[in-house]
This record gives sequence, structure tokens and C-alpha cells, in this order.
Amino acid sequence: MLFQDIVQDVVFWVLSVAAIGAALGVVLVRDLFRAVLLLAGVFIAMAGFFVLLSAEFLAVVQVLIYVGAISILFIFAIMLTRNVRQGNLPNRLQIPAVLFSTLLLAALVVVATSTEWNLIPDGAKTGVDLVQTQSVNVLSPEALEVLERAGALSDEERLQAEKAGLADLLIGPFVLPFEAVSVLLLAALIGGLALARPPGRA
Amino acid sequence: MSLEALLIVSAILFAIGLYGTLARSNVIAVLMSLEIMFNAVNLTLVALAKFVAPQGLQDNLANALTGQVFAVFVITVAAAEIALGLGIVLAMYRNTESVDLSQATQLRN
Repeated sequence: MLFQDIVQDVVFWVLSVAAIGAALGVVLVRDLFRAVLLLAGVFIAMAGFFVLLSAEFLAVVQVLIYVGAISILFIFAIMLTRNVRQGNLPNRLQIPAVLFSTLLLAALVVVATSTEWNLIPDGAKTGVDLVQTQSVNVLSPEALEVLERAGALSDEERLQAEKAGLADLLIGPFVLPFEAVSVLLLAALIGGLALARPPGRA
Repeated sequence: MSLEALLIVSAILFAIGLYGTLARSNVIAVLMSLEIMFNAVNLTLVALAKFVAPQGLQDNLANALTGQVFAVFVITVAAAEIALGLGIVLAMYRNTESVDLSQATQLRN
């Protein structure tokens, strides 16, 4: 076992324990403010997972949007609604909720372990890793050289590898969902303004 | 670190979020549990992008990024959802002086 693999495993376990522990805290702690801080812990652990899975861009986006914006929004909402003391009370659906989520967890675990995943072949691993870690920028000449050494890269493949970035995908094959999401964001902005406006004012 | 381990971790997170969504009475706590579920789904998407070969990987290496693109969309939708959700919470608090879900019965006939 390589040293790198051992480090990856250790980081994976630390992050898993942190994420699951903090998530349990969010749903069990009574004080809502502490729950939000634990939720920020879940978000940070998730950013760590993204770095571990060579999705650096997503890790940065996760920290900026989730830790930076959404946690703050939650804190604002809690402060504005002024019932922090009343806290995180459970409702009457306690037992059905536990049953239902345990059943779902069992089903998901069975599916995850019994499916035969079409894993990436070892030959393509280097290329996929490079494309994923370099997802923000166009592949550098050095990266292309590594790709060429890993497997003979034809001219056409080289052209594709040069264009393999998140931005190229977003405004290329995924341009329709991209535009739909921008309309959604605009609608959410207008809706948020309409909701937050004090009543009685035209 | 295997694909199965990652999927199980995200399944556990999803189940925790589902429990919180169903069993809490405070709207803000429910929204926080929803966020945990969104994050679990994102983890699944990125893990699958890392380990599973998408269709057409041989033709174009850029297909290895499909899972990450999906995660970007999920993050965007989650941000829009939470902005609106908290706006609704504030409007509800303004009208009923409460953020208890069991008291949100204005739409009941």
C-alpha cells in the first residue's frame, strides 16, 4: 500500500467522522445557534471531501457559498425570529421519522454495495485525474505532456484535452441548464425581494 | 477510500438530514436538515465523477467532469432555495409570531 493511499484513507475517515458527527449534532442539539455552527462544520467537512476527490473548484465554491453565505443567512434568520431559547424541539413524528430514514439508509447501502459500478479503467485514471484537478483552467502544457506520456495522445484527443474545463462544459454541452439556472436565480432574487418587503407597502 | 465507502457516508448524511426534516418542528431546523441532504447528494455526485467512468469517456476526457457540473447546478439551486426559504420563514414569523411548523395552518381549510 502506497503512502499516498494511507494518507487518503486517514483523511477520508477523519472527514467522515467529522461530517457525520456534526450532522447528528445539527438534528439533535436543542440550541439552534449551536446547530448552525455545527452545520458550518458539515459544510467545511464537505469541502474537505471535495478536495480529496480532486474537485478543487467545487471545494472553493462550497466554502464561499455554503460557509460564507448560507450559514450567515441562517444566523440572520435565527436572530430575527427571536426564539433561540425555545430551540430545536422535536415534533410528534419522532418514531415514524426514525423508521423511515433507517429504511432509506438500509436501501441506499444495499444499492451502493451490490451494484457493479462501471469503474474508470486504470489506463484512463491519470487522464481523468488531470482533467478533474485542472478543471478551472485550460490544461497547461506540462499537464498535456504528462497526458502524452501516460498514453499516446492523438492530435484530436489533445485538442479535446485542451478544452476540457468546467467553463467549457458549462457554456458548451450544458448551456441550456446553465441558462435555466440563471433564470431561476433571477426569479429567486425577485421572489426574495417580494417576500422580505414589509406588508402594506405598494 | 473506496467508492462504496463514500456512497455509504453520503447515504448516512442523507438519512440524518431526512430524519431532521421529518422530525423537527422548527422551520429553520428543517431548512438546515434540507441543506445536509443537498450536501449528501453533492458528495455522491462528486464521488461518482471520481470513480465511475461516464458514457463516452473514451471519446472525450472532458466527460469525466460531468458529475462536477451537476454538483455546480445543485449548489446553485440550493442557494436559491435557501434564500427563498428563509424569506418565507421571516414572512411567516411576521404574520404569526412563530416559526413552529405545527402552527403553520393558515392554508388548511
